[in-house]
Amino acid sequence: MLSKLIFGLVITLAAIFVFLLVMTILAGLLAPVFNTVPISYNFRSIRARWTSTIVAILGIAGTVGVFVAMLSLARGFRATLVASGSPGNALVMRAGSPSEMMGGITLDSVRIVQDAPGVAHDSSGPLVTQEVVGVVPFPLITTGTDANVQVRGVSSNVLEIRKFVHIVQGRMFQPGLNELLVGKNASRTYKGLTLGNSVGFGGGHWKIVGVFDAGSSAFDSEVWCDATILNQVLLRPANIFQSATVHLTSPSDFQRFKDAVTSDPRLNVDATREIDYYAKQSTTMTRLISILGGLVAVIMAVGAVFGALNTMYAAVSERGREIATMRALGFNSTNVLLSFLFEALFISILGGILGCLVVLPLNGLTTNTMNFQTFSNVAFAFKITSNLLLAGMAFALVMGVLGGLLPAIRASIRPVAVALREL
Amino acid sequence: MKFANIILANLLRKKARLLLTIGSFAIALFLFIFLSVVRDAFTMGAAVASANRVIVINRTSIINPLPLSYRDKILRIPGVAYVTHDNWFGGVYKDEKNFFPQFVIDPQNQRQVFPELVVPDDQWAAFLKDRQGAIAGVRTAERFGWKIGDRIPIKPAIYGSGNAAWEFNLVGIYHGTKPQADETQFWFQWDYFQEKLDPEDRGQAGWYTLRIDKPDDAVRIAKTIDDEFANSPAETKTQAESAFAASWVKQFGNIQFLIVSIGSVVFLTLLLVTGNTMAISVRERTSELAVFKAIGYSDRKILFFVLAESLVIAVLGGALGILAAAAMMPGLAKALAGMLPVLVLSSKTMFSGVLLALLVGLASGLLPGLGAMRLRVINALRRV
Repeated sequence: MLSKLIFGLVITLAAIFVFLLVMTILAGLLAPVFNTVPISYNFRSIRARWTSTIVAILGIAGTVGVFVAMLSLARGFRATLVASGSPGNALVMRAGSPSEMMGGITLDSVRIVQDAPGVAHDSSGPLVTQEVVGVVPFPLITTGTDANVQVRGVSSNVLEIRKFVHIVQGRMFQPGLNELLVGKNASRTYKGLTLGNSVGFGGGHWKIVGVFDAGSSAFDSEVWCDATILNQVLLRPANIFQSATVHLTSPSDFQRFKDAVTSDPRLNVDATREIDYYAKQSTTMTRLISILGGLVAVIMAVGAVFGALNTMYAAVSERGREIATMRALGFNSTNVLLSFLFEALFISILGGILGCLVVLPLNGLTTNTMNFQTFSNVAFAFKITSNLLLAGMAFALVMGVLGGLLPAIRASIRPVAVALREL
Repeated sequence: MKFANIILANLLRKKARLLLTIGSFAIALFLFIFLSVVRDAFTMGAAVASANRVIVINRTSIINPLPLSYRDKILRIPGVAYVTHDNWFGGVYKDEKNFFPQFVIDPQNQRQVFPELVVPDDQWAAFLKDRQGAIAGVRTAERFGWKIGDRIPIKPAIYGSGNAAWEFNLVGIYHGTKPQADETQFWFQWDYFQEKLDPEDRGQAGWYTLRIDKPDDAVRIAKTIDDEFANSPAETKTQAESAFAASWVKQFGNIQFLIVSIGSVVFLTLLLVTGNTMAISVRERTSELAVFKAIGYSDRKILFFVLAESLVIAVLGGALGILAAAAMMPGLAKALAGMLPVLVLSSKTMFSGVLLALLVGLASGLLPGLGAMRLRVINALRRV
């Protein structure tokens, strides 16, 4: 009860704070329209103190840049994994398996799943791919050291199930042969994974017969081959797969399909929408990056606000006589306050724009890291969205208000006579 | 110390500014420490790797097992003192969010191979007696509020059929002797593991860890092992523990590079901000400094005043930041529990932090100080 009250109070206070902040920003930005202190006064004074202004701008730009870069990294990682799932596909694994790495499903179960309602068919039969995943070390081109690549054994109809995957070079593997398809990122990242090359792993020799493009999803970092062959090579029991991916007749049939397979007494499986499964796979890394990035950005914001406060306080104290003169000329204290607030906001907007511009080239830059859930490497790209840029600008404005409001208040309340009498 | 009064008066001239500048410094140092600790956490495995440990994994991949029969063959190789084997259990405690590493261990050799992970003797004895016994690292035990005697259910995710949780009795808690040691693991008995598996899955170890007599032998032993099992169904890949850990770290890719570059941006930004503040405060005092000079203070004394002021601010702010970071560490470790195993504030990091604070203090005072030193009295006094 008490905790609820406190929670309510905190929410109310936060809402009031946000409301006031928005009003202050609006008032500050609209200041040139309302108040009569000419806007050119602000621009001139910014120019007169250009060194401190530039430093304040850089402080805010750095903060906004780090904020946007960290969040875009988290977004990019998530987007890569989420892109791997299609809403029209369902992933079937043994009930309770947190990832397909740890799943297990027998061929008999797969056959039952194939006949479940909601499973799409084409001329060759039900659209189900039963898959085996393993990780195999390949040397990175950049460092020469081994990194784990996810190898996925699939059925030969997999391209009908994951329709966004296209072969861009070469051809599909032939069932029953030691032939590999490599994702476009894998082909770029690891030594020897190019079309026509032969590689050895798991005691077998493999010929690379094709390169596929999986639309910047996590599959682009994978290597695909025939599931049955992969089972043999990894010395796993035949006819046991780790997951089955089903193409549904329509995304809305998911519930019907799930109910059918989970209630079937012959099966001990669970079905997840493929897109939800991959979203969940991304949570650990996304959370890690978001927590670290958020913390760094917030701490840095405090530093930048301190810097802005110092700059604005210095500006106010250096201009004591100017301010008093303006007051004596008839501008009232609200005019002076808004004028200074506008100046602070103007600096922070410049900082925000600069910060956003500096990180913009990062967009699309790929990097790779290990996904904790699969112990294998995933290549992903920074993803800077317009929302992120807006958030960065909002962040800059908040810093501007926090750094500018107190000095502006001080400027507006100084007694005119005292200030004029000062040296 | 005869100028302490002057320096103090200069410092306290604008109290708000003093506080803000000290605050900026504190934040810069706080971030520095924070980012160093996170970077160390990614490379932690390499820091605790022992020179006389060697790891044997399946050549195909780390997730493929090795037959238990390899144990005795490895033990026969001269120079190998002890062999222990582990399996990754990968189970789920209540919820997937509660991740911590669970290992099936070989109770006979665990303590000989990992002497730096210490279990009190009475708890170890209890562990050996209890088939369902388990030992947890102190960080994991604290995270979930476990006490010795608790029953801990863990759902298998990789092994066994069915979804019933396996029950464990917590009989011991281990501590690491080094601050970087991983205190989040959960160990249980090989025998219990075997008993719960389907008969066809038994007799498979995840990987072997050997303790060797002389670190110099590592290369020879690794080669002997890999040759011995070449062309067998389960070929091996043997590496010194440090090499194994280093390759693991590299898999995180550019994360480390990103952290370092972010840290540099942050640091440069804050350096600019503080340097600017120093410049402002010197500029405001131009006429005062000119008066000092006019009444006979030498140029070097003026430089000394400005530098002393910025150093005092740097040291105060730096100390504050480092202390705050040290105080934050437990909370941070909690927020990142299950994601980064170990967060340690090493004395090396602290030392570099102090050094950095001094450097930044010196650098930010130097330019305005030199400017003040070169000030021509006549010009300065004429300025309003």
